[in-house]
Amino acid sequence: MKRLITLAALAITFGCGSAQAQYTDGAIKIGVMNDMSGTYSDLSGQGSVIAARMAVEDFGAAAKGMKVEIVGADHQNKPDVGSNVARTWIDVDKVDVIVDVPTSSVALAVNEIVRDKNKVFLVSGAAASDLTGPKCTPNTIHWTYDTWALANGTGKAIVKTGGDTWFFLTADYAFGHALERDTAAVVEKNGGKVLGKVRHPFPGTDFSSFLLQAQASKAKIIGLANAGADTINSIKQAAEFGITQSGQNLAALLAFITDVHALGLQTAQGLIMTEAWYWYLNDANREIAKKFAPQDKGIHPTMIHAGVYSAVTHYLKAVEALKSDADGKAVVAKMKEMPTDDKLFGKGVVRADGRKIHPMYLFEVKKPAESKAPWDYYKLRATIPADEAFRPLAEGGCPLVKS
Amino acid sequence: MFELLGISSQALFGQLLIGLINGSFYALLSLGLAVIFGMLNIINFTHGAQYMLGAFAAYFVLQYAGLGYWWAILLAPLIVGITGIIVERLFLQWLYKLDHLYGLLLTFGLALIFEGTFRNFFGSSGLPYSVPPALQGGQNLGFMFLPNYRAWVVVFSLAVCLTTWFVIERTKLGSYLRAATENPTLVRAFGINVPRMITLTYGFGVALAALAGVMAAPVYNVSPQMGANLIIVVFAVVVIGGMGSIMGAIVTGFGLGLIEGLTKVFFPEASNTVIFIIMAIVLLIRPAGLFGRGA
Repeated sequence: MKRLITLAALAITFGCGSAQAQYTDGAIKIGVMNDMSGTYSDLSGQGSVIAARMAVEDFGAAAKGMKVEIVGADHQNKPDVGSNVARTWIDVDKVDVIVDVPTSSVALAVNEIVRDKNKVFLVSGAAASDLTGPKCTPNTIHWTYDTWALANGTGKAIVKTGGDTWFFLTADYAFGHALERDTAAVVEKNGGKVLGKVRHPFPGTDFSSFLLQAQASKAKIIGLANAGADTINSIKQAAEFGITQSGQNLAALLAFITDVHALGLQTAQGLIMTEAWYWYLNDANREIAKKFAPQDKGIHPTMIHAGVYSAVTHYLKAVEALKSDADGKAVVAKMKEMPTDDKLFGKGVVRADGRKIHPMYLFEVKKPAESKAPWDYYKLRATIPADEAFRPLAEGGCPLVKS
Repeated sequence: MFELLGISSQALFGQLLIGLINGSFYALLSLGLAVIFGMLNIINFTHGAQYMLGAFAAYFVLQYAGLGYWWAILLAPLIVGITGIIVERLFLQWLYKLDHLYGLLLTFGLALIFEGTFRNFFGSSGLPYSVPPALQGGQNLGFMFLPNYRAWVVVFSLAVCLTTWFVIERTKLGSYLRAATENPTLVRAFGINVPRMITLTYGFGVALAALAGVMAAPVYNVSPQMGANLIIVVFAVVVIGGMGSIMGAIVTGFGLGLIEGLTKVFFPEASNTVIFIIMAIVLLIRPAGLFGRGA
């Protein structure tokens, strides 16, 4: 009798599960991890959580019967803190996908953990092109931009306009090294020369000593291979020391609209940078920005926020198609199989090495008189088509790419 | 001229001058800390947050009252000094008789509260504050281009530091202060209002931090984190100089600025840590610090 009841119970359990989607724990849990309190908190931070939430709402998850939860955490730009959060999230909190993670050293650590635990890692914030190169995994997609795209955009454009001798001011950690390496390669390939480099501690406050060394090198271009508050301070202090007056130019290799806002147009005008997304570029972007800004202290969305939105949207589409979020490798394979299409980036594709492909844009910061609205800071210099914007598949050294 | 380990003498002098400028920030901040610890026996961890408050006060004074830098130098230390006095009256006065650790914990907590509140309202990228028109531009010294503002920072910090040292070590008011720290009961018996003196001293130390903040606003970013990175270094400076010694804090501040400047030339990656290496060595050889008077 007991055996009959057990068998009947088992039969009922297996019977009713097949028609519906099986999500681990009954819910899709998205973990947004980034710097919520330090150097990079304005360009990612709470804004990425807001972007993820907007993506879930616009996807209509509730109406489709998908229960989606979003959690956020601060990795404080430290790989050990980020690793702990990632492990706790996956092991204890049953998080299925980790999104954003600026600060390449943290992203590289989380990259390994997510692969080992077979979850999904959608990188919007970090830049190191190694994530789709030697460190690529079947569980990671590098969404928004990378150091190669920045070097190819800003670096090539500047060398072609005559800036052929460079001196690098580099943040002394994974991201800075990667950006310096990729930009130096582009400079030399296009006929320029790298006269020297100096590595500053990350995060830094006073760059006067390093800028002085850059000045002494007499290079035409001082490449700033750093980001966030470091870039802002470098540019401010360079202006103070009369570096731009004496004929040298600064190349902000990675800059965001939040940096330009902090500098003010008076100081930042004329800076050239490469970005993947700009809120004022078209009406669809402006609409999203109008919804986003009041939720994030008036900050208008950066390309990182847009990347989080786009990545989460595509992830939800893949999970919906697979009807499961359990196998990270399978979800990522589905994301590579399906072409991407969302409000912010339009149509695109995810490559075999985990690189998301879309056009990149070369912007120049407007003069104060040219700005028509608050946060309207950029004018478009050039559009780099999607097939030229990122490192060719064969050159990456990614083990997943069959050569 | 000559070359030292591959660096020309010109570059070297430029770096030393920059080191001196950084040292003046360290000296100004460590002076406030040394005054507070020397006089009050409180380890004031809020010092970094008060430095940040000074910079923000300068920004507010400009935004909302339209008053420029020179007014900010007067008003910001006053405003932040008053908040310091409030903190002292509300919280710190109960801790003087207790272990140093309680003061440290309280001030550390306050620092986190201040920084978190400001970060919540103002983000982390910082707010722009420009160099006052009278101090813009610079002089070409031949071996480097020295911004006028940075020269002003060195001169003004030196003036403030030496004045403070003089007042505390050589005037009657200073002697009352020093006496009140050693034996408050006896000094009170002479009719001197000791609690008020202590409150005003804390307010003065805080005002010094705020002054450093105003000086930093045009050159560094006015951001909620600006104090957090600096305070650890300043503590190291005070420990090396000797926790209670005013002259020690001043000399060590400038000296360590120079050493850090040199490190940035020869081995830039270590420039963040060289001060702590020196602190470790000094503590091994002279536990009370270079100018300290013993525990």
